[in-house]
Amino acid sequence: MSTEPVLEVESLTLAAKSKEILVNNISFSLARGESLGLVGESGSGKSLTLRAILGLLPRGVEQTGGAVRSKVSSAMVFQDPRGALDPLCPVVKQLAEVVYYRQQVSRRAARTIALELLERLGLPDSLRKKDRYPSQLSGGQCQRVVIALALACKPGILLCDEPTTALDVTVQRQIIDTITSLQHELGFAMVFVTHNLAIAANLCSRLYVMKQGQIVEHGETLSLLQHPADPYTQMLIDSVLPLPELELEGSRQ
Amino acid sequence: MDLALQVRDLTVRYGGFTALDHIQLDLEQHTTLGLVGESGSGKSTLARVIAGLIAPDEGQILLGSQELRKKRSREQHKKIQMIFQNPDASLNPKHSIRQILSEALLFHRIVDRSQVETRSKELLSRVQLEARSLDKYPHEFSGGQRQRIAIARALSVEPSLLIADEPTSALDVSVQRSVLELFHTLKAELNLTVLFISHDLGVIHAVSDTVAVMRQGKLVEINTKDQFFVRPEHEYSRELLSAVPKMPQ
Repeated sequence: MSTEPVLEVESLTLAAKSKEILVNNISFSLARGESLGLVGESGSGKSLTLRAILGLLPRGVEQTGGAVRSKVSSAMVFQDPRGALDPLCPVVKQLAEVVYYRQQVSRRAARTIALELLERLGLPDSLRKKDRYPSQLSGGQCQRVVIALALACKPGILLCDEPTTALDVTVQRQIIDTITSLQHELGFAMVFVTHNLAIAANLCSRLYVMKQGQIVEHGETLSLLQHPADPYTQMLIDSVLPLPELELEGSRQ
Repeated sequence: MDLALQVRDLTVRYGGFTALDHIQLDLEQHTTLGLVGESGSGKSTLARVIAGLIAPDEGQILLGSQELRKKRSREQHKKIQMIFQNPDASLNPKHSIRQILSEALLFHRIVDRSQVETRSKELLSRVQLEARSLDKYPHEFSGGQRQRIAIARALSVEPSLLIADEPTSALDVSVQRSVLELFHTLKAELNLTVLFISHDLGVIHAVSDTVAVMRQGKLVEINTKDQFFVRPEHEYSRELLSAVPKMPQ
């Protein structure tokens, strides 16, 4: 792994028009191919931080201090896949459009690349023959299309804003597996935002815990989870409700 | 054990789509049944049919020994109360907490008009809210507090069955924990019978005595909590359980 970070966030401060500080003086850096988790509850500023990295702050929020430095492009996967897709445009067409503009290829090549991407993300082959609207796909399939849209930009950094929160557990598992294997294959770095510590722990090598716009604790995933210094981190750890171990299949028959 | 609720061969169709397919379910008195399933599996439809919000196409529902028909009496309506996922949508924003609580108390003639204030305060303390909250409006509370008010309202009419449809899914994890603890205390204090619906298996594990799993309108497994989480009988239950993200050890 090269030592030069692909993304540096230095004492970033975001504030609302009313001068209320929403994100206060946070700093982190991301190395090539690394996954970093931002965890915290609603209102902790984790999504705003992602949007600041992308340069897509919502109206009324301004960057009042600090800097975001990045040499590579980034793309985002949003929480609500149906909200992120154009409901009036079939998905292959949507994806081909992004490929056409971002990768500067011909229309025909764009379509081929789009179909390859969709196949890689495990969408049904029938899309080759008949394009479908987002409403004709399931939530999990829509999220795969959204991930394909992000990857069509060939990002150096993939920003994920609670990409599995709106999905069922089995679908969540598939999406996480997909993201992990794509990361191995394509080598992008990732910032993963979630309130579920268990998901973040499985995906990320480093965690940053955010509360009310500030980073209260950060560190290597395992050591952070084993020796949390801040009571808030401990509370988040405790909030992952425990399940007993499943007995192995066949041990009962 | 006495059965609080029996569901016999219940079928509901929306047009050509079968939302509930011959559901058989027994709920013992003073226990909590956790109902799990993915979106579209029919959990909420089942809850709504039991609460009388949707009329079934076939089948029978017995509350205690009484059959619940399409037209229910005021008394029958009172006995089944429901808590919804989103407390923002289930509390009238233009009513103060006093109005929200007293409306149910007066409609079902639980107490005399003169007693309403005392009873409302009792209910609030039961869900760990201060008595002076009575004159506030829903928007002045946090999401978790609003869900507590919805719980207080459901409990105010002394129902024999409480249906909770994803009551913690819209809440932050720390708040979820305190609401679950409240369910725990209430269950112990009031001997409640609860049908608790959730897609979150961790939540189900924390509250249930029995677990029922639904998939595509069918009930695929009913088992005791201890059996279900360690030795599920159905393939699909196993799939669900193994998909839950776990903390690394």
